[in-house]
Amino acid sequence: MAGNENLRTRWRAWTDAGVTVLAILATLIVVTPLAAIFGYLIYKGASSLNLAFFMQIPRPEGESGGGMANAIVGSGVLLLVASLIGVPIGIGGGVFLAEFGRGTKLANAVRFTADVLNGVPSIVMGLAIYSLIVSTHSGLIPFSGHFSAFSGGVALGIMMIPTVCRTTEEMLLMVPHAVREAALGLGLPNWRSVLSITVKTASPGIITGCMLAFARVAGETAPLIFTAFGNAFMNTSLNQPIEALPLQIWVFAISPYDDQHRLAWAGALVLIALIVLAVSLVRYVTSRGVLKGAS
Amino acid sequence: MGPGKEGPSPVRVFLLSRGNSAIADRAFRWLMTLCAFSIFGIVGLIAWRLMVSSQMTWSQFGLGFFYKSFVDPVNHQPMYWDPVNGYFSAVPFIYGTLVSSFLSLLIAVPLGVGLAIFLTEMCPRALRGPLAFLTELLAAIPSIVYGLWAMYALVPLLREYVNPLLTSLLGWTGLFNNDNPTGLGFLAGGVILSIMILPIISSLTREVMTAVPHSQREAVLALGATRWEMIRMGVLRNARIGIVGAIILGLGRALGETMAVTMVIGNTPEIHKSLLANGTSMAAVIANEFSEAVSDLHRSALIEIGLALFLVTIVVNACAQLLVWVVTRGAPAQAR
Repeated sequence: MAGNENLRTRWRAWTDAGVTVLAILATLIVVTPLAAIFGYLIYKGASSLNLAFFMQIPRPEGESGGGMANAIVGSGVLLLVASLIGVPIGIGGGVFLAEFGRGTKLANAVRFTADVLNGVPSIVMGLAIYSLIVSTHSGLIPFSGHFSAFSGGVALGIMMIPTVCRTTEEMLLMVPHAVREAALGLGLPNWRSVLSITVKTASPGIITGCMLAFARVAGETAPLIFTAFGNAFMNTSLNQPIEALPLQIWVFAISPYDDQHRLAWAGALVLIALIVLAVSLVRYVTSRGVLKGAS
Repeated sequence: MGPGKEGPSPVRVFLLSRGNSAIADRAFRWLMTLCAFSIFGIVGLIAWRLMVSSQMTWSQFGLGFFYKSFVDPVNHQPMYWDPVNGYFSAVPFIYGTLVSSFLSLLIAVPLGVGLAIFLTEMCPRALRGPLAFLTELLAAIPSIVYGLWAMYALVPLLREYVNPLLTSLLGWTGLFNNDNPTGLGFLAGGVILSIMILPIISSLTREVMTAVPHSQREAVLALGATRWEMIRMGVLRNARIGIVGAIILGLGRALGETMAVTMVIGNTPEIHKSLLANGTSMAAVIANEFSEAVSDLHRSALIEIGLALFLVTIVVNACAQLLVWVVTRGAPAQAR
């Protein structure tokens, strides 16, 4: 009997140790691809990154050299349009959830739909915008009837809305009621109190949310394939097809030319550097607890 | 519970009621409500446009589009997808999406849950922040960069070492048959997908695990349990619904993932039992063929595949959100 119990205790100790080892192993396996991706990216990308990459447009296939200036500018234009659409609507939705709809069924429905919309595949978003803007000739919708920078920007902008909306709401909920009451007590109308006091107090957090949404859509390829379409030349017109960094990386990655592969790696490195910068900044701002001063 | 969670105080209600800029306030309120409602509008708009644009396929093939196959008039083999000759069936794409997604769950779930257990229950405090940041970073890498890496680093690795090994060890199951010289295929797609959904699964699992009250852990430990027994009985059992929600959310992401899968799955609309064979997925075929569609019917068929993908991911995500919500609803505020 005593030996049996002893065996049982040892078995329990062993399983405990075994699970600990397995958990550490799982952690290592998860971190490995991250290290591999970054290592490979820097190794491949840094060697082909030069000034021409930022200054020139791609050369014809098979010729060496060239850069992705058109794609960088294009991404800038697309993200500007996307932010102009996604940020105001997203913040507005967040203000509704936190200030007007708090605790109502309607707000729960909006919150739930936003989370579900966040999970809709980006390629589906591209198809919907293709169908809405690119394939229809309508006087109601600007730049409709053909591939355009505008349609790509709209697709990306819609994808930003759920993220911006949810983070805005979360940040506004952290603003204490006393701040709102102080503003109203001074005789400010409600709209003014929301905009100049509540939203302003929460603004570091809201900017964080916008940056996160921005970083996410900056790397999106799928919704741009049949909206922004790509363009081998420099373009800043909203009415014309436009190149984007992820789109150009895709086209170059699946091409048979080594020079284009090199450009793709350099492009991926630039894209990743941009996104890591945004995410780290966000992490820095949130960990500093800028909002804590308010509560 | 922060002070922000309570309802407005009587002072505020009084002040609001005597506001003297009622019109501006009402307009502001309506504007914000409109912004919130635009989210419903977007979901409705997507569904409506996809339905309108896939009308042609729907009227020609009906529901059979999703389960019927055709017979090749030349060699009498079953065939599914031949845009030039007007044969459209979504079967191989549904098959490819399901196989690659479940394969990715098979790899990502044990790893993701293991990572979450390590981070919440075992990890030294100093390591927790950096490790959490690293997994967060994994979530921020764009799909296209994963695809690029998979194409030039992962696929050669699979081709040279992993696929021959799997074939010699597990070839008898018929699931691994190394007759594909490219290294592309379902396995490559599944592996890259698993890396991509890992952060979602592990961060949500971590969230629901931290939502389990400390008293549960203490009670189990007080009965003389080892750490693993404490995790199993005190934490995992309480968090299991949330973990299932996290897994379903990961599945939703895997189903719709496009670029990385497109670059490594092989893009052939065929059905193979072998996981090492070339295949394709619903999202991949849209990305590959849409801008070079040969006919209106082809385009409409691709949009119908997109509509199916939309509806499936909506349902999957809604289920996952509900499950996670059920668990974290009564959580102690901000245990993070």
